[in-house]
Amino acid sequence: MARKLPLIHRYLRKDKKFPTVWCPGCGIGVVLGSLIRAIHNSGLSKDDVVLVSGIGCTGRMPVYVDFNTLHTTHGRALTFASGVRLANPKLKVITVMGDGDAIAIGGNHFIHACRRNIEITAIVVNNFIYGMTGGQFSPTTPTGDISATSPFGNIAQSVDICELARDCGASYVARSTIYHVNEMEKQIARAVTTSGFSVVEVLSTCYSRYGKLNQKGSPREMFRALKDQTVPIAKADGDGRISRGVFIDRAEAAYSDTYQTIVAKAREHDGGEPLPLLNPTRPGGTP
Amino acid sequence: MQETTTEIRFASPKRYIEESLIFKKSQLGEVGFLSGNEACAYGALAAGLSFYAGYPITPSTEIAEILSYRMPALGRVFIQMEDEIASMGAIIGASLTGRKSMTATSGPGFSLMQENLGYACIAEVPCVVVNVQRGGPSTGSPTSPAQGDLMQARWGTHGDHPIIALYPASVQEAFELTMVAFNLAEKYRTPVVFLMDEVIGHMREKVVFPKEGQIPVLERRKPPKGLERFQPFAEDGGLVPPMAAFGEGYRYHVTGLHHDPAGYPTLRPDEINRWFERVFAKIEQNLDEILLYREEDLEDAETVVVSCGITARSARAAARSARARGQKVGTLTLQTIWPFPEKVLRQLGSRVRRILVPELNRGQLILEIQRCVRNPEVEIRGINRLDGGVITPAQILEKLEERSWPGNSH
Ligand SMILES: Cc1ncc(C[n+]2csc(CCOP(=O)(O)OP(=O)(O)O)c2C)c(N)n1
Ligand code: SF4
Repeated sequence: MARKLPLIHRYLRKDKKFPTVWCPGCGIGVVLGSLIRAIHNSGLSKDDVVLVSGIGCTGRMPVYVDFNTLHTTHGRALTFASGVRLANPKLKVITVMGDGDAIAIGGNHFIHACRRNIEITAIVVNNFIYGMTGGQFSPTTPTGDISATSPFGNIAQSVDICELARDCGASYVARSTIYHVNEMEKQIARAVTTSGFSVVEVLSTCYSRYGKLNQKGSPREMFRALKDQTVPIAKADGDGRISRGVFIDRAEAAYSDTYQTIVAKAREHDGGEPLPLLNPTRPGGTP
Repeated sequence: MQETTTEIRFASPKRYIEESLIFKKSQLGEVGFLSGNEACAYGALAAGLSFYAGYPITPSTEIAEILSYRMPALGRVFIQMEDEIASMGAIIGASLTGRKSMTATSGPGFSLMQENLGYACIAEVPCVVVNVQRGGPSTGSPTSPAQGDLMQARWGTHGDHPIIALYPASVQEAFELTMVAFNLAEKYRTPVVFLMDEVIGHMREKVVFPKEGQIPVLERRKPPKGLERFQPFAEDGGLVPPMAAFGEGYRYHVTGLHHDPAGYPTLRPDEINRWFERVFAKIEQNLDEILLYREEDLEDAETVVVSCGITARSARAAARSARARGQKVGTLTLQTIWPFPEKVLRQLGSRVRRILVPELNRGQLILEIQRCVRNPEVEIRGINRLDGGVITPAQILEKLEERSWPGNSH
């Protein structure tokens, strides 16, 4: 009897050699599964989806799936994605980034993508560590934790990605974990249908490079801890558990739409005045 | 009708110029009075530029300002990004959707662009990167001319890669070569660096706008529709694979990792080698088209002044004066800096006795010339200036007449 293949197989690349690069017990694959189901349920055509990533274990996600896929440079996924989206507003642009990729080296781009409210969905897989380079601390590594470059404990504060995104102007901001797949799937589905910049932070596990160093138990125990150590926003009571859920969902003017108002203004103005900046007496430059 | 795979579509620049409403119809083929930065911006529009991303920096800013004004009315995209890294990323992303893309910057910004410039090289993404040079390193002299980024344009990004860099010596050339830069980028699927001198960027000169068809406008080759399987990096009968746009139905992978013809990451030495061979060959086998230079009075020249950009203007003036005084001097002005016109220099080296290389740096162009000219009989000397001024014709003339040159005993 032929077994019915799970839905995700319709989205995996048949000509790409598997298995994936990810370690056994890694949480990244779970996110990919949810992402595929969310895209499927949103009714998007494969041709219209562009999946963009930076560099890291998370950054390896796009190569396995049958969309337009773009594996860019470390930290810069949102910059390439912005170009794609503005150049072709028909496309649904989704970025997948690790916590270091999105918030350390890519932090500046993250802030400005939020501020512009550009129509991109950013999925940040937060495993609290730099996985790919062997477990150095990241901007989300909890203070005191051991990593390959903080053998005596991480002395910096960690950043809250969702708060950052909300404060910088993103339209939709939510957090879930790889333990809560249904919740994550719903959040991603909502994110990809939001008109502005949307962020879904997914707490994930890196047993190989983080869990082991910090006595977090087996991969299974690490999955479970994501249940025990998080709480829905409505029930959060300041006991140190991380809140999950939707932080903001607002309809703000999105960048490409606003750009159209500029196009209209420019057209109205066209053929009129010469450029003010063609004035040769314009004062000379400063750095 | 199905598109053919081998044909490159030529469109008329007039269409673009009219469309871009820069000039009244009657002005086509007529003259304008522009700065180099303006000419570059208008040349880009004429070539079909449809996506610009940049970050303001002297002495290139006018290019962004003009485009912020002109692009929206044409329904094209202008965006000011948060920095030059982002600008470079954005133009690559836009190019992958099929748009002709450009950014413009100066030294500090060009330094920031290098990693993503390398990405454009490895992923073979057409784009044009304008660097209106300033004195460096670092913030250097933002408003002074310098030619210190020649080597950076070639080797600024890490790893072996071919690249094309063009260099205008006048405002006229700023217009025309910008169009050529787009054509080469699209035809060879490569980033093209456009090096300008601050003086050219800011000075105003007469520009004769090219007549319709005078400079063709090339579009990138696309794969035919309906292929069973599209291999975005396969040789496909030519060294430059056709390029599908994201969103048109061929869903493929683009990566900065070494990749196989399908675009998937590879560590196989044979696939990596084949990739390197192809991308170098696509440039090296088309030098006839890519190498642009201007020769003056070389037929009987015993001395040749080799230079580029603003320095070439002084070189030509000096050479004419020297000739008037009886010296057999000619000039070679390089409009294509990279790939370096090795053969041209080698042949020149077998004919002339003296080569003088004036440049606004500590000697970058001269290194290449010394590498290419293998004839030990030829004396190669430089004039260098780094203090923010230009090299004058008088300085070059004086150097040409120095007694210490072999054979200058008169
Ligand atoms: C400019 C640059 N600096 C450093 C690196 C090395 N590097 C690769 S991945 C990575 C961090 C990965 O961590 P994260 O982004 O959190 O993703 P993860 O691997 O955990 O999914 C680093 C530092 C690089 N590729 N490029
Ligand atoms: S190193 Fe960590 S993040 Fe990377 S694949 Fe392994 S478990 Fe996953």
